[in-house]
Amino acid sequence: MATAGPQLKRFYLLLGGVAVIGIGALWWAVRGSAPKSIPANVVVTAADTVGFRGYVLGSDSAAIEITEYGDYQCPACEQFEQMQFPTVRAQLIETGRVRWRYRDFPLDNIHEWARLAAHATACADDQGQYWPMHEVIFRRHAEWAYDPKGGSRFQGYADGLGLDMAAYSECMNSVKFAGRIQASVDEGFLVGVNSTPTLLIGGRLYNAIGSDQIKALVDSLAGASQP
Amino acid sequence: MGLAVVGLIGVLVSIYLYLYKLGVLGAIACGTGGCETVQLSPYSRFLGIEVPLIGLLGYLAVTIVAMFGLQPQWQEARWPTTLLRIMTGGGVVFTLYLTYLELFVIHAICRWCVGSAIIITTLFVLSLLDRRPVRTG
Repeated sequence: MATAGPQLKRFYLLLGGVAVIGIGALWWAVRGSAPKSIPANVVVTAADTVGFRGYVLGSDSAAIEITEYGDYQCPACEQFEQMQFPTVRAQLIETGRVRWRYRDFPLDNIHEWARLAAHATACADDQGQYWPMHEVIFRRHAEWAYDPKGGSRFQGYADGLGLDMAAYSECMNSVKFAGRIQASVDEGFLVGVNSTPTLLIGGRLYNAIGSDQIKALVDSLAGASQP
Repeated sequence: MGLAVVGLIGVLVSIYLYLYKLGVLGAIACGTGGCETVQLSPYSRFLGIEVPLIGLLGYLAVTIVAMFGLQPQWQEARWPTTLLRIMTGGGVVFTLYLTYLELFVIHAICRWCVGSAIIITTLFVLSLLDRRPVRTG
């Protein structure tokens, strides 16, 4: 380790060089991962909605359809997803009684990252991974929803699901599904949604109801539809 | 000299991983989902402290001690080498524990963690190869 003066100067130069290159690389990494915002109120074209009316879970032949208008950043939506939806899924969707349709209804004025989250799930859907992305964004809600830089997390979740990250980044950067999300929001307003989560069951809107009430409604609707 | 340079690389790698934990980075440039799996697992904290922060402080300490050891007044002192051997040896043991978790508990490999394992092992070997005489007794 014994080091002469000129040698020590060369060492400091080397150390400084490593530090500068490293800090530059870190700055580039941070700058490149800045979360993108997804424009709201874009003009919805036919191409945005052709063949798409929400993300569907369950059998096509299910007698009853429930549409959920949700916002990924809304705490009530997260609680519904974690506390109520597993029961609904097991008792009604997986048994073929109900077809579940999820539609985005981001409340941009109070939830900064909601539309970005919705777009991240749309880009995951582009790779056939909508529901895993939907699930992970809700499961990790506490990690990003209250973080001023929380929007930067979604890229990591996509990577964690094994998505093709080049395609995902291209999808996010081009805001490919801004129109699709806006179409869902427009439809929500049209049917009278003004908060989340709102469920459309049998032509009526319900706010913040639990799995027991949903099951009771489904039972009632199923009974009414029988001759 | 090598100890300080490699230690600084360890500092930079740790900062990168810690920035991810802080949510400043969207994703880790990893090539697979392994890094996310490891970094988001409950084992990414040790005694309540983020593992990348432990790495950052450890590598920073190694770099600082190595730089002290290069100063003319301490070039003949044996304490920097002894201290570096203890610190990097501890780092290797901790890294072995983390690698065990990756392989047998989390079942995912983070390439940056492998990079850190190579860095700490290199630091330990360099500290053992340090030409400064270490007297015993």
